[in-house]
Amino acid sequence: MTAATLPLARPSNATATRARARALTVISRPGLVLAILVIALVILWAFLPHLFTGQDPLQGVPSERLSPPSGAHLFGTDHLGRDIFSRMVYGASLTLRATLIAVLVGLVIGALTGLVAGFVGRWVDDVLMRVVDVMLAIPGLLLSLAVVTALGFGTLNVAIAVGVSNIAGFARVMRSETLKVRSLTYVEASRALGSRSSYTLRTHVLPNAIGPVVALSALEFGTAILSISSLSFLGFGAQPPTPEWGSLVSDGRDYLATAWWMTTFPGLTIAAVVLSANRIARHLEGR
Amino acid sequence: MTRRLERGAEFKDWGTYVGRRLLQGLLVLWAAFTLAFIILYILPSDPVRIMLSGSGAEFANASDADLAKVRAEYGLDKSAPLQYLHALWNAASGDLGRSIQRGMPVTDLLGGALGQTVRLGLAAFAIALVLGVAVALGAAFTRNRLVRQLVLTTPSLGVSIPTFWSGLLFTQVFAFRLGWVNVFDQESWKSILLPALTLAIPTSAFIAQILAKSLSATLGEPYIQVVRSRGASEARVLLRNAFRNASLPLLTMIGMIVGNMLAGSVVVETVFSRMGVGRLTFEAVNAQDIPVVMGVVILAAAVFVVISLVVDLIYPLLDPRVSVRTARRRNAAPSPLTPPSPDGTAADLPSPTTATIQGAVA
Repeated sequence: MTAATLPLARPSNATATRARARALTVISRPGLVLAILVIALVILWAFLPHLFTGQDPLQGVPSERLSPPSGAHLFGTDHLGRDIFSRMVYGASLTLRATLIAVLVGLVIGALTGLVAGFVGRWVDDVLMRVVDVMLAIPGLLLSLAVVTALGFGTLNVAIAVGVSNIAGFARVMRSETLKVRSLTYVEASRALGSRSSYTLRTHVLPNAIGPVVALSALEFGTAILSISSLSFLGFGAQPPTPEWGSLVSDGRDYLATAWWMTTFPGLTIAAVVLSANRIARHLEGR
Repeated sequence: MTRRLERGAEFKDWGTYVGRRLLQGLLVLWAAFTLAFIILYILPSDPVRIMLSGSGAEFANASDADLAKVRAEYGLDKSAPLQYLHALWNAASGDLGRSIQRGMPVTDLLGGALGQTVRLGLAAFAIALVLGVAVALGAAFTRNRLVRQLVLTTPSLGVSIPTFWSGLLFTQVFAFRLGWVNVFDQESWKSILLPALTLAIPTSAFIAQILAKSLSATLGEPYIQVVRSRGASEARVLLRNAFRNASLPLLTMIGMIVGNMLAGSVVVETVFSRMGVGRLTFEAVNAQDIPVVMGVVILAAAVFVVISLVVDLIYPLLDPRVSVRTARRRNAAPSPLTPPSPDGTAADLPSPTTATIQGAVA
C-alpha cells in the first residue's frame, strides 16, 4: 500500500510525472482507496487500540450481557457483557501479528528454497522442487492442521503452521523468477568476471527476482488472515479470554438465534479486511 | 502397413505414459507419507506424551509403564529410521494404525466417515460448478463494461468470505429467521444444502476466476475470429467453440479443487456438526490424535494423486493438441504432477491461483 505512493519522493522529473500518473490511477479507483483505508484502519487498531475504544476487551459488564448494537456498544456485547467492538479492536494486534509471522515464514523459507533451487540447478533443484510438489499435493489447511497437532495449540504455533503451508507457493514463484534472471546478460557477465556465486546471487539475482514474490506475499496476507482465523475459530489459537478474530466468531455460535451480532460483525470485519488485502495485492500484481 | 506400425508405436507410447504416471503418483504418495511422518512423529519431542495428554481423562496421568506400553504398540520405542520403515510397511499394507482417542483402526474411522463427506463434496462441487460457470459465462456475455466488471468482482468477494462465518450466517438466516431448514435434522436431503452451499462458495469463486481468465484468452485466439467471420452468433461462438477449450485449464486443477474441498470440510462439518472426515479431523487435531491426523493427510494426498492421474490420462483424449508423445517428450502437459518446465511457463499458471484457493477454502 505504501509502495504505491512512495515513489512520489523521487526527485527526477520523469519519475515525478510517472509517480503523479500513478497517484492518479490510485485515486481513480475508489475500490482500491477504500481497501487501503480499511487496511490502514486495522493497522491503527493493532497499534493504538485505546484510541478507538474506551471499553475493556476482557472485563465484561454482567448487567449488559447480550445487548444489541447501540451507540454505547457499536457491535453489541457478548454473553459475558464484553463489548465486541473493543474485542475486535484489541484482537487486531494478535491476529495481524500472527498473519505477519505466517507470511514471513512462508516468504523467507519459500524464497530461499526457490532461490537455491533455481540458481544451483541440477539435482538440488530436482530434490527441492519434488518436496515442493508434495507440499502442493497436500491441501494447505490440512498441512497446517498437521503442524498444529505436532507443535501444540496457541497463536504462534498456528501462525507457524499457516506459514509452513505457504512455503510451496513462494518457492515456486521464486524459482521461476530466479531462472528467468539467471540467464540474463548482466548475470552472466558478473559470473564471467569471476565474482563469487554468493555475490552474484545477492547483488544481481535476488534483487531482480524478488518483485513477483513480494507481490505474492501481499496476496498471501489476505489468505493467511483467513487460514489463521479458521484455525482460531476451530479453537487451536489463543486460549479463551484473549480476543482473536476467529475465536470471536466461534464465541457467537451458541447464540445464533438470539444474538446475531456476535457472529455477524466479527465475520463481516474479517471478510472486509481479507477483501481489502486481496484488492491491494491485485493492484500490486498488475503493475 | 505403416498405419498399423504407427498405431502400434502410439499404443506402446500410451503404455509407457500410463506406467510413468502411475509410478510418479506412487512417488508423490510416498513422499507425502514421509513429509507427514516427519511433521507428526519426528518434529515433536515425545509424540506419545502429546497423544496421551490430548486424549483426555483416561491417560491424564500416564505412568512410565503406560507410556512404554503405548510406545511399543506404535513402534515408537525404536530409532527414528526403524519407526519410519515400520510405519511405511504398515501403511503400504493398508494399516494406518489405531486412533489413540477411540482405539479403532484409522482406516475404519476414515472409511466410516468418508460417505458423508463424499456426499457433501459432490453436492458442493455441483453447486460450485454451476455458480462458477454462470459467473464466467455471464461476464463473457455481458456487453456493458461496468456490469461486466461488477460480475467479475463477485469471485474475489467469494474467496474473501470465511466459510466458518458464511456457514453460521446461512444457519442464522435460513434456519432461524426464515425457518426453511431444520438444523437438527441430519437425515433428509435438505440438510445437506446449507453445508454444501457454504463449501461451494470459495470453490465456485475459484472456478469462476480460472474460467473467466481462460475464456477471455481463448476468445482472442485466431480460430475464434475465423468462426466469428463466418457469421456465427456470439452465443454459438462462446458455447460451442470457446467454452470447450477454455475449460481445459480447469480440468488440470480438479485435483487441487477437490483436495481443498476436503480440507474445507474440516470447517464446514464442524460448523454444521456433520460426522464426516472433516469433523473427524477436527476432533483428532483437538485430541492430538496423531495416527488419525496422519491418516487424513495421506487420504488427501491419495485423492489428489488419483484425480491428477485420471486427468492426466484423459487429457490427451480431450485436447488433441497434447498427444501422449508430446506429453511424454516435453513433460509439458499442464499436469499437477509434473514439475514446472525450466523456462517457468508451467509455474506461471498455477502459482498465484494456487495461493488463492489454498486460503480460500480454509
